[in-house]
Amino acid sequence: MFGRCVLAVFLFAAGNAQACVDGEALLGEAVYGECSSCHDVGPGARNRIGPPLNGIFGRTAATGSERYRYSMPLIRAGEAGLVWNCETLDAYLADPRSFVEGTKMNYPGLRDYGDRVDLLAYLKQFSKDSKHGEIDHMPEPQLEVDLPPEILGMEGDPEYGEYLSSECVTCHGRDGGNEGIPSIASWPSEDFIIVMHAYKLKIRSNPVMQLVAGRLSDEEIAGLAAFFESIKMDY
Amino acid sequence: MILNRRTFIGTGAAAAAILSSPMVIASGHAKRVVVVGGGAGGATAARYIAKDSDGEIDVTLVEPTRQYYTCFFSNLYIGGFRDISSIGHSYGALASEYGINVVHDWAIGVDRDAKSVTLAGGAVLPYDRLILSPGIDFIDGSVEGWDISKQNKMPHAYKAGSQTELLKAQIEAMPEGGVYAMVAPPNPYRCPPGPYERISMVAHLLKGINPTAKILVVDPKPKFSKMALFTEGWDNHYGGMIDWLGPDMGGQSASVNTDAMTVTIDGVEEKVDVCNVIPAQKAGKICEIAGINEGNWAPVTGHTMQSRMDENIHVLGDATNQGDMPKSGFSANSQAKVAAMAVRGELTGSKVFPARFSNTCWSLIDTDDGVKVGATYEATDEKIAKVDGFISQTGEDAALRKATYEESVGWYAGITADMFG
Repeated sequence: MFGRCVLAVFLFAAGNAQACVDGEALLGEAVYGECSSCHDVGPGARNRIGPPLNGIFGRTAATGSERYRYSMPLIRAGEAGLVWNCETLDAYLADPRSFVEGTKMNYPGLRDYGDRVDLLAYLKQFSKDSKHGEIDHMPEPQLEVDLPPEILGMEGDPEYGEYLSSECVTCHGRDGGNEGIPSIASWPSEDFIIVMHAYKLKIRSNPVMQLVAGRLSDEEIAGLAAFFESIKMDY
Repeated sequence: MILNRRTFIGTGAAAAAILSSPMVIASGHAKRVVVVGGGAGGATAARYIAKDSDGEIDVTLVEPTRQYYTCFFSNLYIGGFRDISSIGHSYGALASEYGINVVHDWAIGVDRDAKSVTLAGGAVLPYDRLILSPGIDFIDGSVEGWDISKQNKMPHAYKAGSQTELLKAQIEAMPEGGVYAMVAPPNPYRCPPGPYERISMVAHLLKGINPTAKILVVDPKPKFSKMALFTEGWDNHYGGMIDWLGPDMGGQSASVNTDAMTVTIDGVEEKVDVCNVIPAQKAGKICEIAGINEGNWAPVTGHTMQSRMDENIHVLGDATNQGDMPKSGFSANSQAKVAAMAVRGELTGSKVFPARFSNTCWSLIDTDDGVKVGATYEATDEKIAKVDGFISQTGEDAALRKATYEESVGWYAGITADMFG
């Protein structure tokens, strides 16, 4: 396993070291919109479905955000020496699951090199070694669904959520793999609620999830969110 | 390992299972649930009851096979997308982690008055609640010329395992340009898209090793599940290889001759090299033995999955007549959770929520070309009724089809973990 990760890191590191020289940070901000469903960056960034991306450049993989539960494969890759830089981030973003097999990041990959370099130029601004210095404003959050605070902050009943979750775990698993269907364990409640409403409103396209979400009430979604947030992954 | 109350109880009961007979474990005041059949319905029900009852219910699971091969994804083995070992599962975790008493034997009798199940090995298992999830058996004489004694000459491969391996070996041994025939089953049967996914996977296999071979489907039904999607896919991927004959072409009255290796359709005898006979189906035999069938299937109420003939028996999955849900592993798994909750509610007074069900059936047509159909359901007093549904569309782009296939791989990992722990 160890050897395999080392191989993955060094054989598949087909990223381009020029990747953050060529990019345009301003254009990258638009590309980042896709990442913002799961990641925060900038002042006040916190753990969401993914960890915050402040200071990512120069950091060992799967370190930096306390209390974020990184996947075991990413932790092992970090222990084997994977450090995020232009080259490794470029390769990871192009095809996350090929670069670190078993990563929790449920994203198929950003195939366009131009988009990647712009994104990296944008993200670089939030790392200390940036020649642009640190950015002092938090990017405008781009929520997929505009939900009233009483729904977004609704306190769900985790016991009811556990009952309802039996429908979810058939595909997602309780604490989840990430093969084709993402793990939803330990997602922050607010993110869970946003995603489920995005399916309910058919903003997200997967028809299975539209069906599942379509018949859940606001209270039921909140219950599920509370239950899945409470699951501690055994990494 | 960090021991919590549940694993401690589970390991304790598992240790007891090694040292003693099932009868000894079933002593004391714990309530007893016997589950017959360790597939998507039975294994899930056993696991959920054991997991959620904190030792208040003794669960015995009766399943003849030690290694269970899932019917779902067995077509992908035929197509070369999975190893046979990847669709085989043991009951080890159900015994060691959940404390379920796993008995590898056949249930051959049910005494509904005494509330006990008799096993072929002679043991008698008393129960407070019985869960029957036996899957399907075949109806004798439904395909003229075929019975179970001929299953090695003309495999059904509709209970996965050695039959599936045999069918694949026969297809691989076909002469160049040979003919594979399928006699498809009449409704209702296990896994509605199953025969047609199998045709797709056989075509995929033959395209690689025997591209001039032909596939003949003899079907008593005028239309079948995901028909537009399959026929589009067959045209796209396997143009000219597959001939489908519906009832207007004699598909209704096919007969076979296992010695001559022929299929007779509308009086015309066709010589074939492999013949995959999927006969008409009925509930697993134990339902008939228990006397809970009406016709070929066991009627149940959707609120609890209780038999309409006996409130102490719950029936799951393919064996049931429940209403709108297809006979699928996903359905059986969904029904198992409703039954598990109802059984726990009855025996331990735990909270019972309204029943809700869902199902999705994924099928693979060719490499990275996956399609799906699904629906949600609720229990009414008459039946399990469909609420809403969807189906993949013809002409979808390759990226979506690939994502659909990947989703099915994720689902397989999820549901088998949900069944076997």
